[in-house]
Amino acid sequence: MTNDAPPKPVKPPVNWRLLGLQLAVVATVLLIFGWMLHNMFSNLAKRGIMVGFDYLERTARFPIAESVLDYTPADSFAWAITVGVANTLFISLIVIVLSTVLGVLLGLARRSTHPLAYGLASAFTDAIRNTPLVVQLLFWYGFITYGLPASAEAFNPAPGVFFTDRGLYFPSLRIDGAAWIFWLTIIMGGAFFVYAQRRAARETRKTGLKSGRRNLLIVPATIVAALIVWAVFGLTLDVSTPVLGRFNFGGGLLLSPEFVAIILGLVLYTTAFIGEIVRSGIGAVAKGQWEAGRAIGLSERQNLRFVIAPQALRIIVPPLTSQYINILKNSTLGLVVGYPELNFVIATTINQTGQAIEGVFILMVVFLSISIAASLLMNWYNSRIALTTR
Amino acid sequence: MREIFFSDLASAMTTLILAVVILTAVPQILSWAIFDSVWTGDPAACVDAGACWSFLGEKHPFILFGIYPPDERWRPLVVILLLIALALWTLPTAHWTRRTLYLWIAGVFTALLLMRGGVFGLQHVPTADWGGLPVTLLLTVLSLAISFPFAIVLALGRQSKLRIFSWASIGFIEIVRGLPLLSLLFITSIMLPLMLPEGITIDNLLRALAALTIYAAAFLAEVIRGGLQGVNTGQAEAARALGMRWVQTTRLIVLPQAIRKVIPPLTNTVVVVVKNTSLVLVIGLFDLLSAGRAALSDPDWPAPYAETYLFIAVIYFAICFGISRYSLWLEKKFEQGVQ
Repeated sequence: MTNDAPPKPVKPPVNWRLLGLQLAVVATVLLIFGWMLHNMFSNLAKRGIMVGFDYLERTARFPIAESVLDYTPADSFAWAITVGVANTLFISLIVIVLSTVLGVLLGLARRSTHPLAYGLASAFTDAIRNTPLVVQLLFWYGFITYGLPASAEAFNPAPGVFFTDRGLYFPSLRIDGAAWIFWLTIIMGGAFFVYAQRRAARETRKTGLKSGRRNLLIVPATIVAALIVWAVFGLTLDVSTPVLGRFNFGGGLLLSPEFVAIILGLVLYTTAFIGEIVRSGIGAVAKGQWEAGRAIGLSERQNLRFVIAPQALRIIVPPLTSQYINILKNSTLGLVVGYPELNFVIATTINQTGQAIEGVFILMVVFLSISIAASLLMNWYNSRIALTTR
Repeated sequence: MREIFFSDLASAMTTLILAVVILTAVPQILSWAIFDSVWTGDPAACVDAGACWSFLGEKHPFILFGIYPPDERWRPLVVILLLIALALWTLPTAHWTRRTLYLWIAGVFTALLLMRGGVFGLQHVPTADWGGLPVTLLLTVLSLAISFPFAIVLALGRQSKLRIFSWASIGFIEIVRGLPLLSLLFITSIMLPLMLPEGITIDNLLRALAALTIYAAAFLAEVIRGGLQGVNTGQAEAARALGMRWVQTTRLIVLPQAIRKVIPPLTNTVVVVVKNTSLVLVIGLFDLLSAGRAALSDPDWPAPYAETYLFIAVIYFAICFGISRYSLWLEKKFEQGVQ
């Protein structure tokens, strides 16, 4: 090629070679897929399995040990799968809340100068992050079902609380009567408090004066209102404590070994990862920010709260999002310890009906849509706290 | 002392709480693991005692090698040692040569041949009888090796200006990453046999390997994409200006720089892959964890769950912790190299 080659035309001509390449790849992929689909349908036809979602209407006839939504084996497959989705979301939500709180504490502990806190936090993080979650789950499940004593000699750490090999028993509180009015009062009071606080903050920003000093009065006012509602509607508190019967405990709230194992295992595992995210997020804030905070006379805690945390949050939120989606995905391991989440229900359904493709399809659709919804939500939050440059 | 542990109220509280926790937990753990534990003896000794280490003494060959014929256990042992030796040989960056790559290929083939047998007078052992640590290690190495080229193609595809390639890559990566690995294992173990023509059955080990490979490919692709994005576009433009074709530019200029940039995170992905292999127990494959579970089902012993899972956890920990420390070391080394 010489240096005085003519300049290229502005609009490049169609590159037939590349177009052909793309078409060839697409054709090959489609051919392989078509061949596989053809095999699949002929295999299914030979086994006498009809492809379609009609089976969802039929009675499920298998039990689900525990569920957030009411379920009996007389319900349909569709309802069984819904119950599975609800269980998956339920444990994911609990784990998200607990491991976020604990993860922040762990992250702070790993940055602290306190040698005990730092040492324990680091050892915990290394141990948890470098072993598979399944092993941890099975360990906890084995620990509960074989390590804890039988009901007769239950471990009794606090009055009314019993740890046994059949699960953990706690006293439960239940409000008899029209409890919803009571809760509504409290929620309304809380909402009003939040609203008043935000208004006061806006006022402060506008005028520079402190305002909303009387907002705190809303809290006792709400409590008084709730108590009045309690008296007027004649609500009573029903305390149920677990009592040892002939073979087992009755009454109270029972957390099954499966539930405890999946929650404990997932919370500890995720806490280690969130702790690491928090630690590196705080570490990534420029050193000058700490120094500037100290220079204007903020205490270490104020500095962390008002200067460092808002900046660290921007770094923390994206990896935190993927951690939350990981929790959802890891909750499928409930299957290993026998907690009936979505994967468990789908596997049972496929076993019972042979409707493999439909089951797999539902599984994919549910997980992908929850993952996408979660990442959209977090993206929205991320854009809210992102740096606004003027 | 006082300044560190009791400088203010918060740190005093922390000290007190942690001290109480440590003082209550450590004696209990010690008495379970050491003072009340059983080191030798028969199952009866383990009843109402602390840790039953004698169970591991009896069962560790089964946990490590699974149901592999007991007389042939030297073969999986050699496989384990061979793979560990190869991994250790590869650690120094000076050994990252083409020769090492050939060594790995030869090593993995030898390992597979040794496990399978049927040649050189070795007894044939079907994959259904493979088990324990060799399965875990082989699944890790094979899924990484097979997925790596696919990951590069996917990463390049995602960056490609050719719409069809980028859409296909994005679709594949996002779908796989959106699914739990457990579901993917189900999908391959249920769907793969259905999708092949009648008469062709596909090995359980291969089904698991397929799922692990697909998953690893999607993850590695994202890591490699990070590297590709980090390569200055001027590099590719300069290569074009020299008259290099796309294939040459990518192979000789862009990819080497991109992959060099992401070697530490790639090493970290190995940890994820190692941990992921433990999931194959749900489709009935006999890896380290499943072998441990099977060992526990022996009715003669009083089910020492905690001990067995600790033993397995320690093996995984040794592998994963080693790799993650190595990754940190590489990161430091590379940073120094840049400056």
